[in-house]
Amino acid sequence: MYSEKVMDHFNNPRNVGEIENASGVGTVGNAKCGDIMRIYLDIDQSGIIKDCKFKTFGCGAAVATSSMATELVKGKTVQQALEVTNKAVMEALDGLPPVKVHCSLLAEEAIHAALWDYAEKNGIVIEGLKKPKKDIHEGEEDGEEY
Amino acid sequence: MSQLIYLDYAATTPTKPEVVDAMLPYFTENFGNPSAVYGFASKNKGVITQVRENIGKTLGTKGENIYFTAGGSESDNWALKATAEAYKAKGNHIITTKIEHHAILHTCEYLEQQGYEISYIDVDENGIIKLDELKKAIRPTTILISVMFANNEIGTIQPIKEIGEIAKEHGILFHTDAVQAYAHVPIDVEEYHIDMLSASGHKLNGPKGIGFLYIRKGVKIRSFIHGGAQERKRRAGTENVPGIVGLGKAVELAFANFEERTEKETRLRDKLIDRILKEIPYVRLNGDRKRRLPNNVNCSFQFVEGESLLIMLDMKGICASSGSACTSGSLDPSHVLLAIGLPHEIAHGSLRMTLGDETTEEQIDYVVDQLKEIVNKLRAMSPLYEDFIKKQENK
Repeated sequence: MYSEKVMDHFNNPRNVGEIENASGVGTVGNAKCGDIMRIYLDIDQSGIIKDCKFKTFGCGAAVATSSMATELVKGKTVQQALEVTNKAVMEALDGLPPVKVHCSLLAEEAIHAALWDYAEKNGIVIEGLKKPKKDIHEGEEDGEEY
Repeated sequence: MSQLIYLDYAATTPTKPEVVDAMLPYFTENFGNPSAVYGFASKNKGVITQVRENIGKTLGTKGENIYFTAGGSESDNWALKATAEAYKAKGNHIITTKIEHHAILHTCEYLEQQGYEISYIDVDENGIIKLDELKKAIRPTTILISVMFANNEIGTIQPIKEIGEIAKEHGILFHTDAVQAYAHVPIDVEEYHIDMLSASGHKLNGPKGIGFLYIRKGVKIRSFIHGGAQERKRRAGTENVPGIVGLGKAVELAFANFEERTEKETRLRDKLIDRILKEIPYVRLNGDRKRRLPNNVNCSFQFVEGESLLIMLDMKGICASSGSACTSGSLDPSHVLLAIGLPHEIAHGSLRMTLGDETTEEQIDYVVDQLKEIVNKLRAMSPLYEDFIKKQENK
């Protein structure tokens, strides 16, 4: 059901991990729907994304889109990163099954959320960037332990 | 291990070679229509009757009460819709549970659209029906109670005898979907007061497309499929002779080694459960530990999503299934896991492994070893796990 590229990015995800003292961190999705993506950005003085890492809870498509999204924004300027749309992520993965398109939307949102965090931390306004929609911990209780 | 490790026997089973061998002549030489007059064809009538008798014996009833269908879903549809129709003068109320198979639930939804009223009884945290709720739900207009014998996802076995007694006491018909239970746990329709029972061939190493409905004598449900006098005028259509012969052979084989097989499955099941619970942290066993099918294991791995787990297991040659939303095409995880009270994120991380008589101890060990690695890998990738660990460190 998945393309070879999706399977490749799922099996060997690029840029998994965290960045300490990241310039921006964005988390989107919620555990209820079964998808959570977190993207860390390391942005230098000149506004170039030097490094990008992710962590994702979700299906094969969610992991693959996160991995591809980090690849696509790495080395880009903040403005260029804004242009990494869900369509671009999907195309780079040779497509996704229709039921998995929302995963690519989540990847786009996660990048935007991380950029928003970066802008807020630095007191700047990124043209064309809207406030990200959701925070996963909103209204959530502490997870029970088993 | 290079060969495939199949742990999805609750989804379907391989048709045994002996079953295929038994079926083959009925496609070629013995192809005749059992309703025909000439000898070679009418012999098939006797063959069918023999299978009917044999199946009846396994359930403690006569062969004449066994009606062949195209499988479990048809049997469930027939039992519910035909009962609703035949007993509408008595009432329009049916009681079932929240954890039934969709062949029951979707049929109930259909009946609701036709003006019937359905009560969906809750189950406890292990998936066992709350009998006091069942009793309270009974109305003068209740015509049917339908409760599955054992659950397909979490393997929980229901107190069928108690339910049968309650139904009998109130003069209500009792149907049970035994698709997962038949030939896996002992069933006696008299002892359990079962009025109708659905079963399917391909869950017991028989062919797909064949099953049966047991109907107690005196239950007045009519034909669901019209067009001929087959199955004592209750199910039209030329008999699926190869399918019936195959089902018969599969039943014969399943009951010939019943105890030995289920004991072995139970032992391997318990080993699988014990090793997972002991060696992988933050895991929950779904379903009752004791009152469960001999071949069913269902666990939730916290901070991990089911589809990812399945793909990674597949890469290692292991076939299993999950109640995650991603495997169902909707955003909601399995209705069964939600009904036993699991939060969504835990339900998304569920894994069902169902064993068969070909499952070996080596396979179980291999699966646990792989599972440990895969769960670790996915947790290392999971933001939920990251948050959880950070929270632990700050405590």
